[in-house]
Amino acid sequence: MPTLRDIKRRIGSVKNTRQITKAMKMVAAAKLRKAQTKIIEARPYANKMASVLGSLALRAERDVHPLLLKRPRKTVEVIILTGDRGLCGAFNSNIIRRGVEFIKKLRADGLDVNICTIGRKGRDYFKRRDIPLRKMWTGLSGRVSYFNAQEIAQDIIDNYINETVDEVYLAYNEFRSVMVQRVTIMKLLPIEPIEETGETFWPDFIYEPSAGDIYDRLLPKHIEIQVFRALLESQASEEAARMTAMENATKNSDEMIEKLTLQYNKARQAAITKELMDIVGGVEALK
Amino acid sequence: MENRLRLEIVTPHRLVFSDEVDEIVAPGSEGEFGVLPGHVPFLTTLKIGILGYRRGNNWDYLFTNWGYAEVGPDKVVILAESAEKAEEIDIERALAAKKRAEQRLSRAEDVDFVRAQASIERATIRIQLAEKKVPR
Repeated sequence: MPTLRDIKRRIGSVKNTRQITKAMKMVAAAKLRKAQTKIIEARPYANKMASVLGSLALRAERDVHPLLLKRPRKTVEVIILTGDRGLCGAFNSNIIRRGVEFIKKLRADGLDVNICTIGRKGRDYFKRRDIPLRKMWTGLSGRVSYFNAQEIAQDIIDNYINETVDEVYLAYNEFRSVMVQRVTIMKLLPIEPIEETGETFWPDFIYEPSAGDIYDRLLPKHIEIQVFRALLESQASEEAARMTAMENATKNSDEMIEKLTLQYNKARQAAITKELMDIVGGVEALK
Repeated sequence: MENRLRLEIVTPHRLVFSDEVDEIVAPGSEGEFGVLPGHVPFLTTLKIGILGYRRGNNWDYLFTNWGYAEVGPDKVVILAESAEKAEEIDIERALAAKKRAEQRLSRAEDVDFVRAQASIERATIRIQLAEKKVPR
């Protein structure tokens, strides 16, 4: 039976923890809102880009560009996009688990797999297991800019064009809603045929410069946009996951405080009763 | 709605502009081009420059930084890396950027000339536009 003072101390420490988790929840909520607006603002561009590519794909030769070309696959690159920080529930472990499963499957098919990570958590995981990484990027959490996406996309594209890798996949958390984040593995390269978006089809399109030149500049842009979107999605997911995790933690502390308070009161009552009995006993003895 | 164009300017960060306009002049990579309603559909790349659009008798200007334009008979979509309305330009920042780039160039060693030049170009056009010295 813990003494009164022990219980009181525990209540105090749980209260402190609750304060921290509550604050973290608020911070995550604010960051989530910011990340969400960023996604919403980036969406029109991504959609427009898809529709321009779609209308272009209808008219241009499909195998004019190296980024569209399919090669027999020998080396595959998998990029795993995690957060930089923990305390966000199963966010990081989910994506790493799925990524590792995916890599195992590729290896079972007899392919060479290069692994890259974005985010500190992913890097730490592979480093601890002494698994070599081709490339890692960290410190993006919370301040994703288009420039980061460009840098990453450029690296991927260079690597693809000089035929070091034949396929590139990106695993990230897709932001569905505050409660739902889904691990998605997206094929970045080669670019899959882009479906026609059903917009008006104009037969005699003029290209300036030529369609090939436009492809040259549009396709790398497309990769950049895909990476950028994934970064934003992952960021929103991370904050959402953190918010949920912290909310649960706060709820759990509430429950624990309630339980401990009950225990404390019971112990206090028992002590009072015992004291009363002593007094009554003493009075009886004096009579 | 008849005989007007829908102009949409989008960047990765936001939708900058979306409205009906009467005429557009855009900085294509092969030279400036004007678009009136009923234009032949075409697709082109844009360079760093100033994009103007007319509503009634009123011309407004935007700074655009690279990108693409998809022109249709009643619609123009601009996909730009960045775009700012004239009144949104941060002139202090542009001046600072220009100075920095010029310093980089004058050191003449270890410099990425293309990048420095592009940033001078961007800054110059931004400053021009912000000071309303639109070349037209």
